[in-house]
Amino acid sequence: MAENNPFPGENNTGHVWDGNLRELKNPPPRWWMLAFWASLAFWVGYGILYPMWPIGQQPTPGILGWSQIKEYQEDAAVLTAKRAKFEDKIAAMTPAEIIADPGLKQYTLAAAKVLFGDNCRACHGTGGAGNPGFPVLADDDWLYGGTPAKIQETITGGRGGQMTAHEKVLTAAEIDTLAKWVVQMHDTLGKGGSEEGWTLFKTKGCIACHGEKANGHLVDLPNGEFVTLGAANLTDGIWRYEPGGYESAKYTITYGVNQPGVPQTRIAVMPVFGPDATHGNQAKLGPQEIKKLVVYVHELGGGQ
Amino acid sequence: MNTSKPSAAPATVDALYDEAVHWHVNTGGETIHAKRLPGRWRTIKWLTASVWLVFFLGPYVRWDGRQAVLFDIPNRQYHLFGVTVLPQDFWMLSLLLLFFAILLAVATALVGRVWCGFFCFQTVWTDLFTWIEERLEGSPPQRRKLDQAPLTLAKLRIKATKHLLWLIIGFATGFSFVSWFTVAPDLWGEFFTGQANSVLYFTVALFTVGTYGLAGFLREQVCFWLCPYARIQGVMLDKSTVVPTYDERRGEPRGRLQKGAAAPLSLGDCVDCNQCVAVCPTGIDIRHGQQEGCITCALCIDACNSVMDKVGRPRGLVRYASLDEFEGKPARAFFKRARVWVYSGILMAALGGIFYGLSTLDAVDLKVLHERAPLFVTLSDGSVQNRYTLKLLNKMPEALAVRIDVTGPAGLKLIGADAPIAVAPGGVTPAEVFIKVPRANLTREQEPIRFRVETVRPNGQVIRAERTSVFVGPPR
Repeated sequence: MAENNPFPGENNTGHVWDGNLRELKNPPPRWWMLAFWASLAFWVGYGILYPMWPIGQQPTPGILGWSQIKEYQEDAAVLTAKRAKFEDKIAAMTPAEIIADPGLKQYTLAAAKVLFGDNCRACHGTGGAGNPGFPVLADDDWLYGGTPAKIQETITGGRGGQMTAHEKVLTAAEIDTLAKWVVQMHDTLGKGGSEEGWTLFKTKGCIACHGEKANGHLVDLPNGEFVTLGAANLTDGIWRYEPGGYESAKYTITYGVNQPGVPQTRIAVMPVFGPDATHGNQAKLGPQEIKKLVVYVHELGGGQ
Repeated sequence: MNTSKPSAAPATVDALYDEAVHWHVNTGGETIHAKRLPGRWRTIKWLTASVWLVFFLGPYVRWDGRQAVLFDIPNRQYHLFGVTVLPQDFWMLSLLLLFFAILLAVATALVGRVWCGFFCFQTVWTDLFTWIEERLEGSPPQRRKLDQAPLTLAKLRIKATKHLLWLIIGFATGFSFVSWFTVAPDLWGEFFTGQANSVLYFTVALFTVGTYGLAGFLREQVCFWLCPYARIQGVMLDKSTVVPTYDERRGEPRGRLQKGAAAPLSLGDCVDCNQCVAVCPTGIDIRHGQQEGCITCALCIDACNSVMDKVGRPRGLVRYASLDEFEGKPARAFFKRARVWVYSGILMAALGGIFYGLSTLDAVDLKVLHERAPLFVTLSDGSVQNRYTLKLLNKMPEALAVRIDVTGPAGLKLIGADAPIAVAPGGVTPAEVFIKVPRANLTREQEPIRFRVETVRPNGQVIRAERTSVFVGPPR
């Protein structure tokens, strides 16, 4: 090879390709060597300043005392400080006032989305879409009222429905008549219930909870609010228990809601998220968090 | 018939070979001090290099009361004269990159590495740096001598001046670069009073050091060992490509002129003066043929022509020529080469896409996101409600009040858009709306609905945008 070297005396290795590409024996440039030694020095310095050497259970802490969790906590503190100006505003306002402030509402909705996912979604579904047996929150039908104040009350104190199991109270024919009447009421939005159905509704005690107009309201207050025990509105197009219809209505009338001693009874329990008297007044959520959730639920599509 | 070529004057011959001993081919071991000779290509090189004045002066051009070209990264806005481009329009950038990539390909296919030799910043800045070097330190032999001389006060003064000038040019380069990304006239005040963004300082420092190192020290090494294009371009050449080439058949066998003697006809026209090597900024010998170190700057053509003039031989021993020409084939017109057509086709497609994009930039862009959880909600009056998030992008510099209108199934009612929505300039504003339709009017599970937005700019221009979405009802 070397004897055929077309470029003698230029300090090449004798490896030549394509007639003129050849490998030279130049030493690495000085800057490269400097960079090499500098990287070594950096490595040593890094080992002294930062956690590095795995000696014993813990690595050496490094003289700067840096750690990932500390850095995270510092960053998190910065974030908390940034949020403080919104959080302070929210603390001083009612949910209704927050809803009226577009900027603050956006912030609250974004913050509450996580809270809703952690605390509400398991039963009420993503976006308040509801689940079998659990009410839809995105519609305009509210068992206990859909104003921000009522929603706040519901989340803070929880709710529990009650309906007698009529298995042993009514005859099968009466249950059949009432179930058909409920379906008629649903399909006609309260205008087409049969006479017999209305008679049974008024005489067999249904009226006590579902109200005179069968809309779940016991007393309508002049300010638009109403007094209710949480009984379903039988005059709207929404079924409290899916899938709705005759069989479903008959089942509810027969076995009731939340009846002890009736294994088939319907369940309707909204847990307490505020201070819970039965658990030493511990609260699952603070007032600030509940306030955000009120705004979120109210804005899902049916708030009043 | 003559039996020999014309002889040259003895003084010319002496001068010709006087410095030849210094010129040898670059192997990367020492600094190349290329000789500067005036000539046609030298002049062209200065002219093409001056294209870079745009880089330094461009940021100060004004348009409609603001910087003509401003890449405003903090605000995610790119102002190009009358046009404002937002990140949403960035697909055009890929077309622009395609355009330049293919432009490089087509230029290289036609005239070789014309980018490298005449336009590349590495070439241009190196040229400027060595020009300064020559002004301060003198001709290449003087420079070589100075490099080897012991350090004296005089040498120190010359060297310090040179490095200072290089650093100033490096700084000007970095400063001009960041000027494209910030309001250039304001930058002068902010930068020198320490109030500019730290990213700017870092970038300017990076460019200063980068320019100083790359153009001052690495120079042709960049073309040899760092630049990927230099490697790619080799495959873009073909036999029809014209590049500076040594006419081997005319030049060989080369032979030195002898004083007072006529050169025999058996010798070629090359007088082996090594001037082509002397002027080469990458230190190669063009007589070895086309090679990876040649940036086709054509300075060897100037050098050889000047020598040919002196020794009374015809010019063009080194000239722009294609391999076909040397093989005696007729030169193909550029429009008869498939390569040119394919490249031009891609160029036109990319350019067409950019023009289409720029001419159809919507002032307001509407996107509609249908809520999926829940897909729909049955309301107490039996109607069906869907929720939508409208994303309104305002590309205008002023806030706009946008009206929303929807067409779809009969009895449709839009909730939450009674008042016009205020959309902030240069960004996306989300708006939540609900649509309610009586269940009886839904004939299928999914009904198409069309959102229309309309706004009037302060100058009276009406802007509209539309988007089709779906209205989802219960399964049927």
